[in-house]
Amino acid sequence: MKKKADPFRALKSWIENGDDALDLEIQEEMDDEATPALTEEAGRKREKKKRDPVRARRRLEGGYAVAAVLVCLALIGALVYAALQLPAFGGADTLVDSEVSAFYVENTLKETGAVNIVTGIILDYRGFDTLGESHVLFIAVCTVLLLLSIRGDKNADRIAREEAFDRHFEPRDDEVLQGAARILTPLVLVFGLYIIANGHLSPGGGFSGGAILGAGLILYQNAFGYRKTERFFTYRTFKWVSLASLLFYSLAKGYHFFTGANHLENGISPGTAGNILSGGLLLPLNFVVGCVVACTMYALYTMFRKGDF
Amino acid sequence: MRMLWWQNIPLFLIVAPLMGAVVCSALKEKAARGVMTALSALTVCGMALVLAFTAARQESCVYPMGEVGAPFGNELRFGAVEGIAGLGFSLVILLSVLGGWRSLTRDVPENKRHLYAAMVCLLTAAMSAMVFTNDLFTAYVFIEITTIASCALISATDHGRTLFGAARYMLMNLLGSGLFLLGVSTLYCLTGHLLFPQLQESVKDLLDRDKYLTPLYLSFVLMTLGIAIKSALYPFHTWLPNAYASTTPTSSALLSSLISKMYIFLLIKIFFRAAGAQVFDRDIRNFLLGFAVAGMVLGSVDAIVERHLSRMVAYSSVAQIGYIFLGISLGTEAGMAAALFHMLVHAAAKCMLFLSAGKLREVSGMGDGFRDVRGAGFRAPLAGAAFAAGACSLVGVPLLGGFPSKIYLAQAGIALGGWRMGVVLAALAVSTALHVMYMLRTAVLLYAGDGDARRPEKSPLRKDPCFTAAMLALLGLNVLLGIGSRPIMEAILQGIALFS
Repeated sequence: MKKKADPFRALKSWIENGDDALDLEIQEEMDDEATPALTEEAGRKREKKKRDPVRARRRLEGGYAVAAVLVCLALIGALVYAALQLPAFGGADTLVDSEVSAFYVENTLKETGAVNIVTGIILDYRGFDTLGESHVLFIAVCTVLLLLSIRGDKNADRIAREEAFDRHFEPRDDEVLQGAARILTPLVLVFGLYIIANGHLSPGGGFSGGAILGAGLILYQNAFGYRKTERFFTYRTFKWVSLASLLFYSLAKGYHFFTGANHLENGISPGTAGNILSGGLLLPLNFVVGCVVACTMYALYTMFRKGDF
Repeated sequence: MRMLWWQNIPLFLIVAPLMGAVVCSALKEKAARGVMTALSALTVCGMALVLAFTAARQESCVYPMGEVGAPFGNELRFGAVEGIAGLGFSLVILLSVLGGWRSLTRDVPENKRHLYAAMVCLLTAAMSAMVFTNDLFTAYVFIEITTIASCALISATDHGRTLFGAARYMLMNLLGSGLFLLGVSTLYCLTGHLLFPQLQESVKDLLDRDKYLTPLYLSFVLMTLGIAIKSALYPFHTWLPNAYASTTPTSSALLSSLISKMYIFLLIKIFFRAAGAQVFDRDIRNFLLGFAVAGMVLGSVDAIVERHLSRMVAYSSVAQIGYIFLGISLGTEAGMAAALFHMLVHAAAKCMLFLSAGKLREVSGMGDGFRDVRGAGFRAPLAGAAFAAGACSLVGVPLLGGFPSKIYLAQAGIALGGWRMGVVLAALAVSTALHVMYMLRTAVLLYAGDGDARRPEKSPLRKDPCFTAAMLALLGLNVLLGIGSRPIMEAILQGIALFS
């Protein structure tokens, strides 16, 4: 009883002696409390208590799962309920007074030279968002490099293991695949370039065209292996192409924002609408976005496959 | 209207770190570190200039990104509030990178440090963009960048536990991003606008015409929920301790002092610029108040139970985020100013706590259980002092930042009157008492015993001038926030008048 007069006893002794002492104190305290009333019944109760944590935990986890399902259902219900009340698509009162879309439809061709209005919007009017978006790709590939890259790894075992693993799964000189790739790869690459180059004229652009280019590279790599791909696409290629593309993108857009906000003459003309060489910055921007996307796709593939180019 | 020269600074504060990140990824470690540090220092200078000019002219400016401004193109907007927040955030980046790099060289393998530097640069750019943007969707794009960058910052330390923490962090944060995006698209569907001023007009119009109220409120609820998850408001905080405590000190400091605060700053913008006072009415505020109070109390309880230094500091973040949401949920200018001030105070203190906790762990044989760090204050004097000061600041000891910030929160509550005054004061009192229990207890623990018990044989405490400089700067910052709170608060209040 006298021991209990000091409520900070446990704390004090713990500060002085560390965790072990605290555990000891707590145990002592529990014993103090329990000793006088240690009848048979209490003993059984204590035993029950000892088993309880596992069961209680299991019950907690079960309750947790049920609660999670209920919360999800409630969220789904709320979302569906709200979605039903949204203005109908193409309905009479659906944003008819939206000055923004009217402005885009009216001015995009005239001001940016883009026949494909979407390209005009994402690369010109809302070019800042797209600048961020292309860096999202860059940061994604950097993160994957950070996690999976074995380039420059000090651990020789790990490199050897990855190499062996990769050789085990790599398709070796599969004639069907190689034959198909020999025909398809040039077509795919040319098609990708076509989509990028016509981004400001027809549906497409840097993001979709770049994805096609990347797919072509992956196909070639899959059919012919690292050795042959390395003749034209190595880590250095990836690094320098990404670097140059993103720097050009940031510089071009920075220049565009700066001159635009300060009302300076930027010397970029939209050209004759409909020509391939028109649309001012749109064509080069689409091209660099395409390069970034293609590099990103290919890098992600190799990183997940072996961790190196 | 012709732009003045300094009004171009925010544009460069966004574009330069973006380019710096790309350059860093192609450099070797040392050069990348140089680029990163130079860019963070430049950002600090730029933010200080923006703050100085906007505060001196007492106006906020709009900067169109391109020839065509709102409502058709993107736009930046900056005033004193953005300047103060940006200055605080950029200081946190600079100091945590300076102070933690030595520990980072131990935790992150050499072939990956240049990528870490790139991530920090991208984070700097995203911070500037999120502080300055006047556009909801741009904010979302940079939320994405921040989310991926923070996952990378956590998982750069290559341990199993870190990867587990990072995976959990990623799942919860993607959920938050998804909810936020749903909110943005619902709102866009209703209003047809993405820029804050036009959004506010359309929202007001919808409310006046009494149309589409359910989806309108739902969109704001979704955005709030998304940001609450991402900034670890109380019931959504389960990802936090593993993510914060298992990684390298720089990452922990950046995550808790910068990233969660960036999201909250964005939420403040959404509430006061996009939603307007009408949407953010009493019911929503009371709801948020409940979460905030729960966080302040229960987050502290979690911290009391914890037996590891960095996990305890991580849990105390939950309580502190509660304080910030408490200020926001009051809905008055005084409350919001108090929330912003507390954001700065918490950023300064938490950054210091995480960096010094890392150092204390280092001198205690790499363990940070309470029994390892007993007496660590004697083994690493500066880190011990910094930890004690940070703990005191969060408790609210006078002369340090936490004291005025608690007073401002209490004042904002008192000005409101009614039952909410009672709730605010009670929550502050209980939470402060709980803070004393775990923060001061730990500070005392650091100076218990004689300190030699667990001194590692080969002292890792080589000279680390960067750490010393960063710690001294952070100590100075905390004291500055403590004794110079009045002018800072005045500047914040002035800025808030121009904010919405």
